[in-house]
Amino acid sequence: MSSGPRRGVENKIGLTLKDYKGQPSTLCNGCGHNSISNQVVQVAYELDIEQHTILRLSGIGCSSKSPAYFLGGSFGFNSLHGRMPSLATGALMGNHTLHAIGVSGDGDTGSIGLGQFKHLIRRNVRMVYVVENNGVYGLTKGQFSATADEGQVLKYAGENKLPPVDVCMEAIVAGAGFVARSFSGDAKQVRELMKAALHFKGTAVLDIISPCVAFNNADTSTKSYGYGREHEAPLHDFGWVPPAEEIEIDDLAPGELRIVELHDGSLIKLQKLEEDYDPGRKVEALRRLQTAHDNQEFITGLIYLDERRATLAEISDLTETPLAALSDAQLRPSRQALAEVMAEF
Amino acid sequence: MGIQEKAPEATAVPARPSAQPIVNDFAIVVATVNGTGSQTANLALLRAIFRMGVPVNGKNIFPSNIQGLPTWYHIRVSKEGYIARRETNELLVAFNEATVHQDIRDLPPGGVCLYNADWRNVPTRDDVTMYGIPVRPFVAESGLKGKLSDYIANMVYVGAMAYLLEIPLAKIDEALEVHFKKRRKLVESNMAVVRAAHEWASENISKTDPYRVEPMDATSGQMLITGNEAAALGAVFGGVSFAAWYPITPSTSLIDALNDYLPKLRRDPETGQATYAVVQAEDELAAIGMVLGAGWSGARAMTATSGPGISLMAEYAGLGYFAEVPAVIWDIQRVGPSTGLPTRTGQGDVLFTYYLGHGDTLNVILFPASVAECFEFGTTAFNLADQLQTPIFVLSDLDLGMNNWMTEPFTYPEEPIKRGKVMTAEDIKQNGRFARYKDVDGDGIAYRTLPGNPHPLAAWFARGTGHNEHAVYSERPEDWENNMLRLRRKFDTARGLVPGPVFDETEDAEFGIIAFGTTEYAIDEARDRLAKTGVQTSFMRLRALPINDAVRDFIARYERVYVVELNRDGQLHKILQTEVPDMAARLVSLAHLDGMPMTARWVVEAIEAAESGRKE
Repeated sequence: MSSGPRRGVENKIGLTLKDYKGQPSTLCNGCGHNSISNQVVQVAYELDIEQHTILRLSGIGCSSKSPAYFLGGSFGFNSLHGRMPSLATGALMGNHTLHAIGVSGDGDTGSIGLGQFKHLIRRNVRMVYVVENNGVYGLTKGQFSATADEGQVLKYAGENKLPPVDVCMEAIVAGAGFVARSFSGDAKQVRELMKAALHFKGTAVLDIISPCVAFNNADTSTKSYGYGREHEAPLHDFGWVPPAEEIEIDDLAPGELRIVELHDGSLIKLQKLEEDYDPGRKVEALRRLQTAHDNQEFITGLIYLDERRATLAEISDLTETPLAALSDAQLRPSRQALAEVMAEF
Repeated sequence: MGIQEKAPEATAVPARPSAQPIVNDFAIVVATVNGTGSQTANLALLRAIFRMGVPVNGKNIFPSNIQGLPTWYHIRVSKEGYIARRETNELLVAFNEATVHQDIRDLPPGGVCLYNADWRNVPTRDDVTMYGIPVRPFVAESGLKGKLSDYIANMVYVGAMAYLLEIPLAKIDEALEVHFKKRRKLVESNMAVVRAAHEWASENISKTDPYRVEPMDATSGQMLITGNEAAALGAVFGGVSFAAWYPITPSTSLIDALNDYLPKLRRDPETGQATYAVVQAEDELAAIGMVLGAGWSGARAMTATSGPGISLMAEYAGLGYFAEVPAVIWDIQRVGPSTGLPTRTGQGDVLFTYYLGHGDTLNVILFPASVAECFEFGTTAFNLADQLQTPIFVLSDLDLGMNNWMTEPFTYPEEPIKRGKVMTAEDIKQNGRFARYKDVDGDGIAYRTLPGNPHPLAAWFARGTGHNEHAVYSERPEDWENNMLRLRRKFDTARGLVPGPVFDETEDAEFGIIAFGTTEYAIDEARDRLAKTGVQTSFMRLRALPINDAVRDFIARYERVYVVELNRDGQLHKILQTEVPDMAARLVSLAHLDGMPMTARWVVEAIEAAESGRKE
């Protein structure tokens, strides 16, 4: 679906790729996070997104700096360590017509913010939640995070004797309806997953392995570029198709292609690779993640999809006008209403 | 067990046997077991006396427990309208076998005890009038068993007390009707027991004590309401659109009331959809995060909590101060760090909330003292939050929040809904520029835009990192300092926006008294008592921090100013000393905390001790 960057060419709303950029990145050269920021820019450009309709949110850490580096025309909030989900919940309830891309890291999500992460998902707040997962604390110079490999040795931290938290498994168990894993070195897959996530009705979780070139990029680390390039095993060739666009079936035999329609009519296209993986089954998704862990497989792609759950805004039965835009008359009941309440005492 | 640790007050000792009736001037304590539904019975007595036109105040002294521990309900009846707690209760309803010995010991000479006559070995006292009423026959008659029989016991003492105090049964009926929201079937089933107990008492008890209630006309047109219900109603009429919270005593009933009123009052008349959202968060860390998110996006967002919740909210509150996000935080204060005394009252969060947040932080605090102010501050707090773009703390307390207080019905808010300096896309177009943190007006308050504003210049990036006037990351020393100095200018602007103090000054006052919140009632009564001994005093009740010049001027008018508060360390006293360092020596702290609401007796004794210490 994607083409490469079309420099200087305007999209349907008259913006160029450059218009979607943010401040220059202050992360390390080669940091996986920069690549992800670039894909966000590309995706927003390709999807003709009006920047004011989307919030960029984050917690604290290297990953959480990155929203400053994309969608400079969007409102943003770089919040507290591990506490972006609650802020996102409030912001998107305050104005439920907005969408959001939240960027977190493995420390921000897997350690300090694990509770808020899971409760965000449990409430099914409609947003894209990206975990830029590198298994290490960068800004504090190299401590293990909760997603680091068991038995791994780092210069600063020594040997990690604890098993990793699997962000995708946690998300599925918490009730997420869109759970994907990708690799920042696989730009095309990141983009396609991001597009689908933006069209998902609910919390969409993208666990993107995003190498830290400063502290955790030895080829032996499962969070390194070398390992990713060598071992990435996509479950399928993932594609997303906008609503009302013809899809080409090519010459695939029946059973080679799964197509799933999202609530807005857009389509997810899963082209079979080595195994025939069905992301529609929760227990199977957990099983596949566990076997991947046991066999040290780096599976990527859409791991779980179920769009049936209502969002928090839906179950709250919110009025069409955002809470933030209610008129004074809507905010304050009438004199008569107060008189009636007082009469009850 | 906290009912009275001291010798009874002199004024409470009547002659015995009763020469003179004592009318509308006494206090009752009802001792029951927590979780047995005695609150219905206690509120029925309170409301019935109130509906006889007699000023009352009820205070529930309850344990942190669902069922089984002792609980005491204090009802003060005062023809003079005093509503502070009394240390001495002349009348005891002894319906908790586990505490009956101590409860009877605590009665003053001349006191009265109504006890459950089913029990053996109830102690007697020669100087106390003892009345027994059996509960078993009424339970047998009702045919109810198990837990429900507790409810019968409660109504038995209501019927007996109605007889003893000469409360008309029609008033008990009215009171139960309010309690059960006009569901006659429930009223009737309770009244049947009340009537039967009343009849039994009139046939079997010969009243010899002097205490009784006589109708007055001091409460007509008024109502009884808890501070938390009033605060919730105030928030609804103040334009709350989002609330996030985590359950904690004693704030939970505030959110319960929001959940009660919002569906009735804040649905779109055409679609029936909600113009509000209330989210029960996973903890207070998340509750305040949601509130800040909603406030940032432009909702009128609030939370309600108590001390331990404030501890968890500290980090986000500090970010709210620095990123300048409107939020309203009701702190229904309880006692102590950690769990402390979770069902007792105090004023211990003043210093903590005033400075809450790391780095340099100064927060605006409102101090409601009455249910009417809880209602009024519903609007005030949201308006200040929007005008000042900062978290506003409202410090209520358990006594105000959870107990029923007399009040005139609330009047419709005169203060319009104020949204502060918000720039729309059209505003930016007209103005040609927008910088989120630029002090355009010189009052420290910059203009903000709300997420979703489509103007190309509208978007900005909220953050806890150092930033310049354009909300862009900056580590430049001058950017940091300029921003922090602007925030202090903003705090100075707040001095002129917050509700000013209330004064009650006497020309020949020997000294001044400063207090805030619900200690007002004990102080009012104490000042009357002092005046009777020839000591004139002046009083200023602070309604907000930061202080303004009126506070300075009050302190300047008196050689000595006592700062009276319900905490150990004199927290407001400390703040005032730093605010008026030139007059710090005039300020004398009178602080005390044992979990119970302040009494006039304590205030009088503390002031007299301080005054005599000065003269020595």
